[in-house]
Amino acid sequence: MFIDGSCPRPLGRARASGAWPGVAVAAVLAVTAACGAPGGGSTSAATAPSGSAASTQLPSAPVTLNFYLETGFPLAQKLVDEFHKQHSNVTIKVREDQFAVLTQNAPRVMASADAPDLIRLPTIVDSAKDGLLANLDGYATAYGWDKYSSGLMQQLRVGADGTRGSGPLYALGIGYNVTGVFYNKQLAAKAGIAQPPATVDELEADLAKAKTAGVQPIMQFNDIGGINFPYQDLLNQYEDPAKIADWVFNKPGATLNTPAAVKAGDQIAAWGKAGYFPKDANALDYTTMMARFTKGDGLFMFNGDWESQNLEKAMGNNVGFFLMPPATAGGKYVAMCAPGTYAIPAKAKHPAETAFFLNWVHTNPEARKIIVDTNGASPGGPPSLPIPAVRPGSVVEQTLKASQTLSKSGVAVDFTANATSGIYAGTIKPELQSLITGRQTGAGFAEKLQSAYEKELKR
Amino acid sequence: MTVASAPRAAKAGSPPSPARSPRRSARSLARRWSGWLFVLPALVPYVLFVVRPLLLSIQYSLYDWNGIGAATYVGGQNYRTVLTSRDQLVPILHAFELIVFFTVIPVGLGLVTAALLHGLPPGRFATLTRVVLFLPQVIPLVAAAIAWRWVYSTDGVLNQGLSAVGLGGVTRAWLGDFDWALVAVGLIGSWVLLGLCTLLLITGISKIDVSLYEAARLDGAGRVQEFLAVTLPGLRREIGVCVTVTVIAALASFDIIYVTTQGGPGTETLVPGVQIFRLAFTERQIGLASANAVVLMALVLLVILPIQRFSNRED
Repeated sequence: MFIDGSCPRPLGRARASGAWPGVAVAAVLAVTAACGAPGGGSTSAATAPSGSAASTQLPSAPVTLNFYLETGFPLAQKLVDEFHKQHSNVTIKVREDQFAVLTQNAPRVMASADAPDLIRLPTIVDSAKDGLLANLDGYATAYGWDKYSSGLMQQLRVGADGTRGSGPLYALGIGYNVTGVFYNKQLAAKAGIAQPPATVDELEADLAKAKTAGVQPIMQFNDIGGINFPYQDLLNQYEDPAKIADWVFNKPGATLNTPAAVKAGDQIAAWGKAGYFPKDANALDYTTMMARFTKGDGLFMFNGDWESQNLEKAMGNNVGFFLMPPATAGGKYVAMCAPGTYAIPAKAKHPAETAFFLNWVHTNPEARKIIVDTNGASPGGPPSLPIPAVRPGSVVEQTLKASQTLSKSGVAVDFTANATSGIYAGTIKPELQSLITGRQTGAGFAEKLQSAYEKELKR
Repeated sequence: MTVASAPRAAKAGSPPSPARSPRRSARSLARRWSGWLFVLPALVPYVLFVVRPLLLSIQYSLYDWNGIGAATYVGGQNYRTVLTSRDQLVPILHAFELIVFFTVIPVGLGLVTAALLHGLPPGRFATLTRVVLFLPQVIPLVAAAIAWRWVYSTDGVLNQGLSAVGLGGVTRAWLGDFDWALVAVGLIGSWVLLGLCTLLLITGISKIDVSLYEAARLDGAGRVQEFLAVTLPGLRREIGVCVTVTVIAALASFDIIYVTTQGGPGTETLVPGVQIFRLAFTERQIGLASANAVVLMALVLLVILPIQRFSNRED
């Protein structure tokens, strides 16, 4: 069917060449009218390799793979280079785009005739529903991916009804990130804070201590809604994580208009009122936040381990990391965790070779080391494989340990921002900007979030 | 072709018959066709890249479609949403507020600047002033917007300047401030468009008959009266062009706002352009985005047509 909204123009081309341009207009009308509904059904007819008899052998003949990746993240390129070193018959061509360009182009690129073999795809639901992604279950069985940490792998499964959490596997991670709180050790000492907080209340007390000591308590960007990190960190501790997961996965009846969500929202509003966030948070972008925190402006920063290598380089022993503490002492850790997701389009020409590459990324010691060294993220893969060694006492060691703690005894949840494609920019961002400036309440925030969510999912 | 096969007409020199001779009609037909031939190189791209997308947008606006999967026909539902939902109306309101900064300020200031520059003797200063004023037009809007982000940032030039003159109390992150963000992005628009308006208006002034100024001066008119009685009426068409161009820039603004605030804080600077982009490419609601675009186009036409009529009116 016609994927890009165009359709064949049988009369258009033939007649427009006869010098009667009016025909061109008529042809245009014909094109739009004859088209019927734009789009036109699913593309799942395109051979989605079920992979039931997936081979785990890499062919020895020369082969060229095409990857479509995100600019600014050298990890994938480093892995590609190492893979080529080990398997010289495989050449991988990488095309890169900025995140926004990539996400906006992804559906069209995957639907086109020259779809890439691997694509960096932050949100997989719509594409999976549209039949643009290859079902990886066959490879998962053949390679044993189904034995990886289920909390992370279920984020990559999409059911036929478009809910995540169960159904066929449509993507794999390269690096499995964990989020929490980075802190500046010198500023902590200045504010009289001896150790990382063990409960939310202790964290809040630390914020007050910092404020009193004249230290900026939190450095957080919010020009595009970065305060969703602390917001969801609080929500995770108050709400049942299963309910949050259901909401993110679009399960029917899921709601986050709950007392716990209102409580988290009110707390963020109170932090805003108390001046815990930077005065210019609503104009502060991510890069500036990183620069300021690195320079020693700000005690806490709610962020993820994708920055731990950068922070390690810039701040050395002066930076530490802790998982968001539970509401009550001794409670379970709950944190946002998300793999950097990579999918194989249904129209990919070399799905088997690409699956081999993905498996290699998770299991090859050299590849795992590259992931840790570049990203500071856990390489995932079989739980039995050792985590590559890092400098003792470094922040990277702390984030890797946090990853292990979480997979052993904690709960990993996906970002609420990933629930639908429009929720972050359309609702979370503007409402959080209102929340921290006292223009919105916790109750109002929860209500807006839920109504926008339901509207977008057409419930 | 028709021309070759046309039957011979009446003998040469014979008086023209009241009925159109077949030959003449054939020739005029050919002429008409050859006319189209000249237009063709412009018409084809126009049809392909302006008319076709326009018609497609209108078609898409009647569907609920994510851009890839199956589309459902929903009739006027998208238009009802655009015209009744507060979320969709707020950006339109902001676009009209931007007219103050994109049209009123540049045209007003442009008139004053043009009148002043016109009085200047030609020389380096006059040239330099024109160059400086027109420069924003040459810089890509995205680059300009990034530069303005720095100007407006917490430790940017604007706040440094304010602090230097003892106004440290009013400094703020201008683009992140709920009360000032729209004014801040609006002034970027004024900065960009002032040069364009000034240049157009100077050109217009130089076309005004010098004897009119002489007559006014002989009648004892001062510079202000001269401006009101001669310059202003003489510039009606140029002002019409300025207003048209800048009103379109205000209502269809996108790049400045996308780069500086993306519609924030909250929805304080959200305009239809950014809203359409977000609906189409982030939320993948192609139908609703198209309906928004069609409404925006209608709105622009509705505002522009009376302005055009007024400025093109013959006295």
